[in-house]
Amino acid sequence: MLSYALRRTAVAVPTLLVVISLSFLLQRLAPGGPFDQEQTLTPAVRANLDRVYGLDQPLAVQYAHYLGALARGDFGPSLSQRDFTVSELIGQGLPLSATLGLAAVLLAILVGIPAGIAAALARGGGSDYALTALAALGIALPTFVTGPALALVFGLHLHWLPVAGWERGAPRYLVLPVVTLALPVAAYLARLTRASLLEVLRTNYVRSARARGLGASRVLWHHALRPALLPAVSYLGPAVAFVVTGSLVIETVFGLPGSGRYLVQGAIDRDYPLVLGMVIVYAALTLACNLAADLVYGWLDPGARRG
Amino acid sequence: MAESAAGRGLWRDAGRRLRANRGARAALVLLGVVALVALLAPLISPWAFDSLDWRHLAQPPGLAGAHWFGTDRLGRDLFVRTLHGVRLSLLISLLASAISVGIGLAWGAIAGFAGGRTEGAMMRFVDVLYSLPYLFIVIILSTVIGRGSIAVLLLAIAAVGWLTTARIVHGQTLQLKRREFIEAARATGVPTAGILVRHILPNLAGTVVVYAMLTVPQMILFESFLSFLGLGVQEPYASLGNLINAGAQEMESAPWMLLVPAAFLVLLLACLNLLGDGLRDALDPREH
Repeated sequence: MLSYALRRTAVAVPTLLVVISLSFLLQRLAPGGPFDQEQTLTPAVRANLDRVYGLDQPLAVQYAHYLGALARGDFGPSLSQRDFTVSELIGQGLPLSATLGLAAVLLAILVGIPAGIAAALARGGGSDYALTALAALGIALPTFVTGPALALVFGLHLHWLPVAGWERGAPRYLVLPVVTLALPVAAYLARLTRASLLEVLRTNYVRSARARGLGASRVLWHHALRPALLPAVSYLGPAVAFVVTGSLVIETVFGLPGSGRYLVQGAIDRDYPLVLGMVIVYAALTLACNLAADLVYGWLDPGARRG
Repeated sequence: MAESAAGRGLWRDAGRRLRANRGARAALVLLGVVALVALLAPLISPWAFDSLDWRHLAQPPGLAGAHWFGTDRLGRDLFVRTLHGVRLSLLISLLASAISVGIGLAWGAIAGFAGGRTEGAMMRFVDVLYSLPYLFIVIILSTVIGRGSIAVLLLAIAAVGWLTTARIVHGQTLQLKRREFIEAARATGVPTAGILVRHILPNLAGTVVVYAMLTVPQMILFESFLSFLGLGVQEPYASLGNLINAGAQEMESAPWMLLVPAAFLVLLLACLNLLGDGLRDALDPREH
């Protein structure tokens, strides 16, 4: 298990380094420098500015400085929000985005997996068809359609929940965003769990467990469920990536002050340090979650550790 | 996998199976109608996509002023704008799919056929990009290159769309290159490039066609997603994404501004997915 964990980590770290290096290079290659907005500078002033910020150094030295700054959590100043550093902006937005994403993933697991199990056990029945159809709908509809649609129904027509806004974290403001974000993930989990449980229930060892006279619930809980959950677990890594991207839309739709909105606004303003800083943070998060999903998978399925 | 000897017979069989698939047929007809109406929209409606009608601001759908789907706050006709959006979405997604499937095909086939260190490096690169949320790559590209031009949008979404195709083609090529007929071609002295073009690519055609078809709705989603966020198609041009965004902001007073483009987006996605699934079943009946 330990060597499996080390091997998986050994894959994730270079990936992150590639992301960081690419974003550094793009930042340097992008047209326009940080001092372009000022009046034309005399060469002497320009040279001084370059020296102060280390821009006169060779690219390799700058890269080493950049890595050092990153290690200290310093992403540089934001170009569009002049009074803030990128780290401050990330610090402001990330807790909300993380809460949103975590709540959505938890909700999706709590709803999607039981729904998939229920559908598989009721195979061919009315509830199976209803759940399967609902899952197909949930997967097909993009969040930027379901979000406004849910706000229209539950906010504007039924007045059950606020349409948008934040109000210092009152939970009612998070209900619609979390549900919107969780919907496609739950639908996908339900579909995966249904398919894989049906497959496991057809295997020989489940049949022999039944033949030994074990009750249906004992067969389900002790024999079928653990292998049946493997596809769902391996989907959790991609699901986190999905939730991260989805949160960009959700925060825009529901007017939440999370880091996703900074990222989108930064891209619109062409604020390189902000966008690249955010991307690095998000990439690190995504890779960490992928790694966690891999480790859980390896723990559930000893066969995977050898691969 | 396509049996090489079947040749034309495979495609004829697939066509027959596709025609027998009721869902795929309905989707194809519906798509054709939508695409036709989208192409003819300028002839059907008296309004242009950016013309303002001051007498009908935020008009609900109806017959008044020939604004069948209503107007937005500036009095622009939603029927024409939505169909313009459909046209742009279809155009961008078809082009982007063609580009990304082309890249993916070349990348996967070359990597699979080359083998060794080249293969390792090429597929490792795909893995690295794959482990990142695709949207980040697009956002970085649009930050660095700038936004607003359709060429940039096309480039950005095509740049992330090819990864899955590359993986699938790579896997298929690995299987193919161990087959006897490839060995025979090699033994008779066909050069590597010739084997790739004459023997590997034709046998990948079925997989690639299915994958290209399933990529189109993905690309429509990418495009509208970016336009929704304000990173894609810009005003006054209409795309389904920026229409849905504008509609979401006005949904209290003018819900049709949200519902009309959203309905068209869902319709397009549903039809394209049905068609793609139908095509997959038609070309690869053994797997389903």
